[in-house]
Amino acid sequence: MITTHGLTRRFGRTLAVDGVDLDVRAGDRYGLLGPNGSGKTTLVRMLLSLVYATAGTIEIMGKPVPRKAHEVLPLIGAMVESPGAYGHLSGRTNLSIFDAAGPGGGRRTRKARIDEALERVGLSGIDGRPVKTYSLGMRQRLGLAGALLRSPTLLILDEPTNGLDPRGIREIRDLMTELNAAGTTVFLSSHLLGEVELFCTRVGVMDRGRLVIQDDLDTLRAPTGRILVDTPDAERAHALLDGRVESRVGDRLVVRHADAAALNATLVGGDIRVAGIAPQQRTLEEVVLEATTSSADRVDAT
Amino acid sequence: MITVELAKLFKRPRMYVIVALLCLLPFIVAIFLATTRIPPPPGQGGAFLSAVLSNGALYPAAALALVLPVFLPVAVAVLAGDSIAGEATGGTLRYLLIRPVGRTRLLVAKLIAQVAFVLFAIAAVVVTSYLTGVLMLGTGESTTGGVVLLPPDVTSLSGDLISPGELALRLLGTIGYITISMLGVAAIALFLSTLTDSALGAAMGALATLVTSQVLVTLDAAESVKPYLPTRYWLAWIDFFRDPILWRDIERGAGLQFVYVAVLLGAAWANFKTKDIGS
Repeated sequence: MITTHGLTRRFGRTLAVDGVDLDVRAGDRYGLLGPNGSGKTTLVRMLLSLVYATAGTIEIMGKPVPRKAHEVLPLIGAMVESPGAYGHLSGRTNLSIFDAAGPGGGRRTRKARIDEALERVGLSGIDGRPVKTYSLGMRQRLGLAGALLRSPTLLILDEPTNGLDPRGIREIRDLMTELNAAGTTVFLSSHLLGEVELFCTRVGVMDRGRLVIQDDLDTLRAPTGRILVDTPDAERAHALLDGRVESRVGDRLVVRHADAAALNATLVGGDIRVAGIAPQQRTLEEVVLEATTSSADRVDAT
Repeated sequence: MITVELAKLFKRPRMYVIVALLCLLPFIVAIFLATTRIPPPPGQGGAFLSAVLSNGALYPAAALALVLPVFLPVAVAVLAGDSIAGEATGGTLRYLLIRPVGRTRLLVAKLIAQVAFVLFAIAAVVVTSYLTGVLMLGTGESTTGGVVLLPPDVTSLSGDLISPGELALRLLGTIGYITISMLGVAAIALFLSTLTDSALGAAMGALATLVTSQVLVTLDAAESVKPYLPTRYWLAWIDFFRDPILWRDIERGAGLQFVYVAVLLGAAWANFKTKDIGS
């Protein structure tokens, strides 16, 4: 769906994006993570032909970008950073203006498509009030409606849940899941780990312009080979499993063991009460923190 | 895209405020003229202002002479300076471009919207000032029998008479010429608008160019560059009210503006086409 090779963008002396080989497959729910200033937005802007690459190639749906951007862009629905709208016009008029501005938006189906998109993002009841009176969350939903207007095959969303409350975030995630199930590839850029962990199946992590990780979420969160045991008889369990307990904090033991079920049987056989037992998985946060250096918006004295 | 730009232009309340202000100035002047009936001394004051006292039908020409030197160019510079930079600041530019709207198409649509604005503004000024002139200053029907007396401060021969139909034609020519002149202003502001994300900066830059040009036009020491200054032939439309019409400056002025528009649009296109949209 999206393939880049050695994609590089230099701004003066800084490399904003440095040799990125992105690989987003059709049907993916791809999450691009990275600290602020790691080059996510520049990368997204290059995919959308807003910013031109210094070196490297981009292919979207098999077509070179930006050379064939006019063929590719009509199939993409996108939101880049904050949503943009004409503040003095109503939400519907805004959608209608953007729809009429480019190709692929038939005039006859326009009203129906606008109504459907507004319905999807939960704004079906908006009236003629101008957008400048909207709350941040409403603007975000309106921006999303604009991206959905022509049923795109690829959604590129930069921080789509910005300004939404927890319920709104949940609604938007459900909407994206629904669209993905219907065949839309979703490319999401975010610095919210939880957001990506809950929705995405594939993750890319950027740090200082480089793509340092690109893998399936399940692979990244592979079991660590340790098992977490919660037991009120921690003392005795420690004695029983002597040598295999890596650490103990209160009633929780971290045990080096391959099979949680077998360990449970051992413990119960040793007459130890088990309150909880589960294989330890790496969290996405650990993976990301391990792969990235300090925040780019942090300025330390050297 | 062109219809979208026109829709955006005419849905902006701000645009109507600007046009209303443009129409208000001649109206205020007409009130003073009608109540006091004191003409400006010969050779001073705006063109046609003494002539309109004897025939209000000439007032549209006087009104254009009032708004042209400062008011209209300021309005055009502000709107044209806002055209790209305003979209960039509002965050709508990137959404237009990924829609996708071709960058060249966007520029052309913006320029056409500017032409529409200038025509609309001038038409509004002409219509309101005609009504003001006829109602407040009278047509002088009793003395001239409806024909229009070309004012002696403009014509070399005093007392030339033209019919109201011919007056309308000459006004149309004037509107066309002023539109072309303002197109030059719009092109300067549009070019600057692609350079910066600040609408104010682009408008200011265009106005600075015009003010500089206006000053140099009056400066004898700058004689050598005068024919190339953008404001040099702005007032040539007054020649439409001579008998016979003096075409020389009108033709030169129009030609000069076309060169300015072509060069600046080319520069705007070259810059915008390859620009990174970081807003």
